[in-house]
Formats: sequence, C-alpha cells, structure tokens
Amino acid sequence: MTSQFDRPQFHRTSSYNNQYFSRDIKDGLRDALPIMAAIVPFGAVFGAVAIDSGLDFQEMLVTSLSIYAAASQYVMIDLMGQTLPVWSIVLAVFAVNFRHVLYSASIGRKMTLFSPLQKACAFFLLVDPQFAASETRAATVGLRPAYYFSYAAVIYITWIASNCVGALFGSFIENPATYGLDFILPLYFTGLVAGFHKRPNFILVLLVSGGVALLTYFTIGSPWHITLGGIAGLIVAAAQSRPPQKNNPERNILENAHEDGTGLEEGTANA
Amino acid sequence: MHDNTYLIILACAVVTYTTRIGGHMVLSRFGSPHYRVEAALEAVPTAVLTALVAPSLLNQGPAEAISILIAGVVALRGSLMMSVAAGLVSLVALRFVLG
Repeated sequence: MTSQFDRPQFHRTSSYNNQYFSRDIKDGLRDALPIMAAIVPFGAVFGAVAIDSGLDFQEMLVTSLSIYAAASQYVMIDLMGQTLPVWSIVLAVFAVNFRHVLYSASIGRKMTLFSPLQKACAFFLLVDPQFAASETRAATVGLRPAYYFSYAAVIYITWIASNCVGALFGSFIENPATYGLDFILPLYFTGLVAGFHKRPNFILVLLVSGGVALLTYFTIGSPWHITLGGIAGLIVAAAQSRPPQKNNPERNILENAHEDGTGLEEGTANA
Repeated sequence: MHDNTYLIILACAVVTYTTRIGGHMVLSRFGSPHYRVEAALEAVPTAVLTALVAPSLLNQGPAEAISILIAGVVALRGSLMMSVAAGLVSLVALRFVLG
C-alpha cells in the first residue's frame, strides 16, 4: 500500500497543510507515546531530587521549562549543591549538551518545510528522542512541522508534569527499577540506532563510536564519552565516504529516503 | 544553595539553546557541504546515540547488557515498539533470574 502520503514530499505547496496535517499529528502522538513510559519515572525522580537538593518548587519548574535537557539539569543541580562558581556550572552544562550541536547540524538540513520561527522553536525542543524520531521521520515520509511539534508537545508536557509530581510527592515514588522502567531510555535508543542500519558504514560507525565512548567513559569519564565517541564515529564516516557522482543538491535527501525507506518504515510506522 | 539560582538557571538555558541552534546556524552559512561533511552528518544519529548508550552495556550488569543486545537485534527486524518491549521483558526476567 503505497499511498501518495508515503512518498517523500519536499516541496512547499499550498495544499500540503490540509493533506498531511492530521496524519502528521496522529503519527507524532503515536510515536511519542511509547517513551512517555520512560519519561514519567525519570522526570518524577528529577523533580524529587531537585527539591531534595534545595531548589524550591518554582525554581525547579523554571529549570525544566527553560533548559529542557534532562541530563544537564541533573548536572546543574548536582554542581549547585557544591557552591562552585557560576561559569564552571555553565561550562559543565555546555559539555553535557555539546552533542546537540551535531543533532542541530544534521536535522536542520531536513527542516526545509519549517518557517524561521518554527525552526527557532523546534531547536529549543531538540532533545535526544526528538532528534532520533525526527531523523527517522525525515528518512521515510519527510519531516513536517505538524509531526515535529505534536511529538515535542507530548514529550515536553510529560516531562514538566512528571517533574511536578515528583517534586510534590517525591517520597511516595516507587523504585522504577522494579519494572525495568529505569532502563527504558537505553533500550529505546538502542532500538533507534538499529533502525539506522541501512546507512553507509553502519557497523563500522557503531563499533568505533561505541569503542571510543567506552574507552573515554572509563578513562576521562562522563560526559565526554558522548562527544568524543560521537565525533570518532563521524570522522570514520567522513574518511570512508566517496565523492558523489553528480552535483545535485537534492540527491542526498532523496537517496536516503529511498535507502532507509523500507527498514525504517517497519521500525516506526508500526510502533 | 546558591544565592543567584535564577542567574545560573538562565545561563544554563542560554547555553543549552545555543548548542541546539548552533550546529544549524554554522552549517547553513556554508552552501552545499563537502561530501565528507555530508557523510559525517549522515552518521550523526548512529554515532552519537551509540556513544550515549555504550556505557549502559558495561556499567550496569549482565541483565542490562543482554537486554540491550536483544533490543538491538529485535529492532533490525521488528518495530521499535517490539524492540523496546522485548528488551524490557528480557530485562525484568533476567534481573529476576540473576538476582
């Protein structure tokens, strides 16, 4: 069943909104639902930890609303407790968040249907699952704002709401390890990585990134494993690449949509 | 706790947003990127997400490591939902068995 919708759509047309809007919204909500289960315990724990380490409710809320980056929020809270100078806290947050520079460079090129204001908002919401889901979407049916923002709305609202629950009822939270919920995010990211297995040099990039990340993790330490492991994988991918046959700017986008089409379609459309 | 809490929160928010828009801002200043840059960008999801997950393979325990491998293999064939579910079920079972 290849409906017209399933073909990549890269040109801005006046009717594209009507045609795809409701389907995009539906798909965005559907794809975000499975990871709500992971975000709720994670977010509740953050709310509880924030209050425990001395933030009041309003400060906790402003943190999550304005930063919206789970790992670096934990780092900030942790370092604030040690009364370090402001610049060193900000530097640590920058180190944890550096991977977003790479996300932004990659996904920004696939936001051809976004207005400048939509882009500015979209980058604010670019968390790990948002990036991974959007890359998958871009490679299959094309990334449109309705999909991006409906997915983002679920994640953002869930994150904030679970923070509030954790902050208010921290002591009542059950240990999420009982149901394996503490480990959903690593499993989810593993599933997403496997979904990219048709990209060029997949195995090589996987091994080099994973190897360098582990090496860094056990020597220099976290969070540098993310950046150094990631960059090592990119260098290998660049070194292994070959010059394109002809110089058509649309070539790569279309080629990827085709290459990744079947595998990723399975991976996400049925999710 | 710090006396300038809101200043720290604001600075962290600005830094975070800068990383999120920065990659795109820098890249869009140059026209069509060199093919090696193109290939590197194409590898970003695999490379960075792998680096993010890698420590979970070794720093938790055998139950966690095996469940990650199971989720990865299932995702090659099945849907993302199936992959996460398979990983989760095997994790709970293995944690029970391995104590």
